[in-house]
Amino acid sequence: MVHWSAEEKQLIASVWGKVNVEECGAEALARLLIVYPWTQRFFDNFGNLSSPTAIIGNPKVRAHGKKVLTSFGEAIKNLDNLKVTYSKLSELHCDKLHVDPENFRLLGDILIIVLAAHFTKDFTPASQATWQKLVGVVAHALAHKYH
Amino acid sequence: MVLSANDKTNVKGVFGKIGGHAEEYGAETLERMFAAYPQTKTYFPHFDLAKGSAQVKGHGKKVAAALVEAANNIDDIAGALSKLSDLHAQKLRVDPVNFKLLGQCFLVVVASHNPSLLTPEVHASLDKFLCAVGTVLTAKYR
Repeated sequence: MVHWSAEEKQLIASVWGKVNVEECGAEALARLLIVYPWTQRFFDNFGNLSSPTAIIGNPKVRAHGKKVLTSFGEAIKNLDNLKVTYSKLSELHCDKLHVDPENFRLLGDILIIVLAAHFTKDFTPASQATWQKLVGVVAHALAHKYH
Repeated sequence: MVLSANDKTNVKGVFGKIGGHAEEYGAETLERMFAAYPQTKTYFPHFDLAKGSAQVKGHGKKVAAALVEAANNIDDIAGALSKLSDLHAQKLRVDPVNFKLLGQCFLVVVASHNPSLLTPEVHASLDKFLCAVGTVLTAKYR
């Protein structure tokens, strides 16, 4: 089980407390689809993804980004119980969605860049280190039930 | 992976804006990398890695200079970094996975200092550029 120090929990909470889940989620997902265009393979039914402008303005991207980040919020509430919390979601991503877990790592890295742009110098090296650990752990938990 | 004309313009634009801050960004990139990915410290047992370390600053300056050189010679990154590529292959032998980690931290530094500069398109171009640099530096490994 992953250990979180009091400082790490504080760094996570203080950043998360100021995050607009809808905006941040939409931006993170849009950037994933723009920076790593092959990730669009999972979203054939999202309509127009033909350009960065189209992707950013796409309402399905926004909605899905919000959904993904809301779920991430659940992970933050259950840091000491993450594998169980994400058990069904992991099965879903493997059995129904067929998503390569590498994509969770890509999205995690993008989320961190979005946070850095939002929080600028307040996103200190210590904050980044904690959040890199967090996104890694979340990615791992989401991949845990893969078979 | 090929850098389009747009990518090249975007990357040159970023480095143009960063200007004289490149050295500072290089140092901060390393600081963040050592904090977020402690395994990267294994390549620097001979360094003082404490905050504010002169060695980290000096090395950050070198890393930044290489990125600037690559951006200034973006049509031939392999040519521009040929000696550095030899050095990494023959002497340094940094595992290829680490270039991605450095790249991530550099992007975070650019984002945190210039949020409006790193639009999604520029982010994509810069990420591609950093991948290209990593590819060049590991090209002669075997």
